[in-house]
Amino acid sequence: MKKYVQIENVQMSFETKQGTFVALKDIDLKIDPGEFITLIGHSGCGKSTLLNLIAGLLMPTDGVMLCADREIAGPGPDRGVVFQNHSLLPWLTCFENVHLAVERVFGASESKAQLAQRANDALELVHLSHAAQKLPHEISGGMKQRVGIARALSMQPKVLLMDEPFGALDALTRAHLQDELMKIVAATKSTVVMVTHDVDEAVLLSDRIVMMTNGPAATIGEILTVDLPKPRNRLALANDAHYHSLRGAVLEFLYQKQAKKAA
Amino acid sequence: MIKLKRHLAEHWVPPLIGIALFLFLWSMLAQGGGTLPGPLKTWDSAVVLFSDPFYQKTPNDQGIGWNILNSLGRVGIGFGLAALIGIPLGFMIGRFGFLDKMTSPIVSMLRPVSPLAWLPIGLLVFQAANPAAIWVIFISSIWPMIINTAMGVRQLPQDYLNVARVLNLSEWKVFTKILFPATLPYMLTGIRLAIGTAWLVIVAAEMLTGGVGIGFWVWDEWNNLNVEHIIIAIFVVGIIGLLLEMLLIQIAKRFSY
Repeated sequence: MKKYVQIENVQMSFETKQGTFVALKDIDLKIDPGEFITLIGHSGCGKSTLLNLIAGLLMPTDGVMLCADREIAGPGPDRGVVFQNHSLLPWLTCFENVHLAVERVFGASESKAQLAQRANDALELVHLSHAAQKLPHEISGGMKQRVGIARALSMQPKVLLMDEPFGALDALTRAHLQDELMKIVAATKSTVVMVTHDVDEAVLLSDRIVMMTNGPAATIGEILTVDLPKPRNRLALANDAHYHSLRGAVLEFLYQKQAKKAA
Repeated sequence: MIKLKRHLAEHWVPPLIGIALFLFLWSMLAQGGGTLPGPLKTWDSAVVLFSDPFYQKTPNDQGIGWNILNSLGRVGIGFGLAALIGIPLGFMIGRFGFLDKMTSPIVSMLRPVSPLAWLPIGLLVFQAANPAAIWVIFISSIWPMIINTAMGVRQLPQDYLNVARVLNLSEWKVFTKILFPATLPYMLTGIRLAIGTAWLVIVAAEMLTGGVGIGFWVWDEWNNLNVEHIIIAIFVVGIIGLLLEMLLIQIAKRFSY
């Protein structure tokens, strides 16, 4: 089976005033179509950097990155990005925010009506049709994040990249959006790479959890396969022994093997 | 009813007390002898003046309405030209670091210069009073527009640029959908500062250049020793400045997110 995303021997370093700072080294990761991958690690471990590399917002200093057998040379519509702070344009309505993405990807080949239909479909997918004509400041944080997801999905990307998409939300809203995301991913069969610092979120959503060592020169420490059957239900999992053993494995990695020294 | 009373007490009573106190102090000063006319005398004179604002006797003796319109016209032209050049220049300076570094010493040096210092240059180049006055307005209002527009562009959040990159937007889309709307509030601040300065400067410029205009009118009335008219002119300039400011604040409100 062809790999959707291939990362081989990637190294990333930044030039700073104190000299060269190596953020990531020896990163090897292959992602299959339809897989849900989470990147987890302590802050500063370069998990967002890795996501930005896949997004094409950063260029690796060394190594090869492929998406569907094409080299990643910059951002492209085959990789939809959901930002941590939603990053909707405040002067455009929810519809216009999504439409901006649709227009860019399909504008050359489709009619205006088809483009509008795509934007509406994407909003429908995240259950926000009723807020299409609202401005971002008129809707809640959770809704904004859903528009962000709709915008990314509307481009029909090969891979959906999410950078701590629910990090800024309260626990209840977060749980609600996680459930919705599971349904959307199941319905669209999306391939997802998601950065998180939430162990429960990682175990609940992922097929594989990529656990990163502490920086500088962070790399992939372990990869944990989450073989819980889908669809998953957070209430049922609360009493599931296997769920707890997986959760325990991630916690052990984070708080024992990669325990952060007190700053 | 109680709400209305509270609204009146909070929003109308303090300014009214302020104005009353001001008028009281003014009449006290006028009472104490000297040649300063009091509020009532000034009011009577204003009623006469505004009963026929658009008469035209000689080129130098025209109604207050003409004077105001002429001044506003000069400000409009000078300010408009400054916006036409200053705003695009501000965008370019904000977007391209090289241009920013190139222009920054010149802008920093010329900005604090009193606009009136440019008047002789204007007279020399244009050989006429009216374009020279417009030139002074142009120079005084271009700096806030350049500086604020450039600042708006520079402060564009990285998030928005990342969105532009991820969505792969064309340069034109980046400008119309991101850069321009994000910069607009800063630009409007620049415009507001510019028009404020322009209106300040026009009175002084017209005193020097002559012709029909509120500034020259003040000077003319000083030569006629008509002090009531000078006081009226001060109020007229103040009220028009206030109206311009309020108009621009309303426009800016419309475009804040």
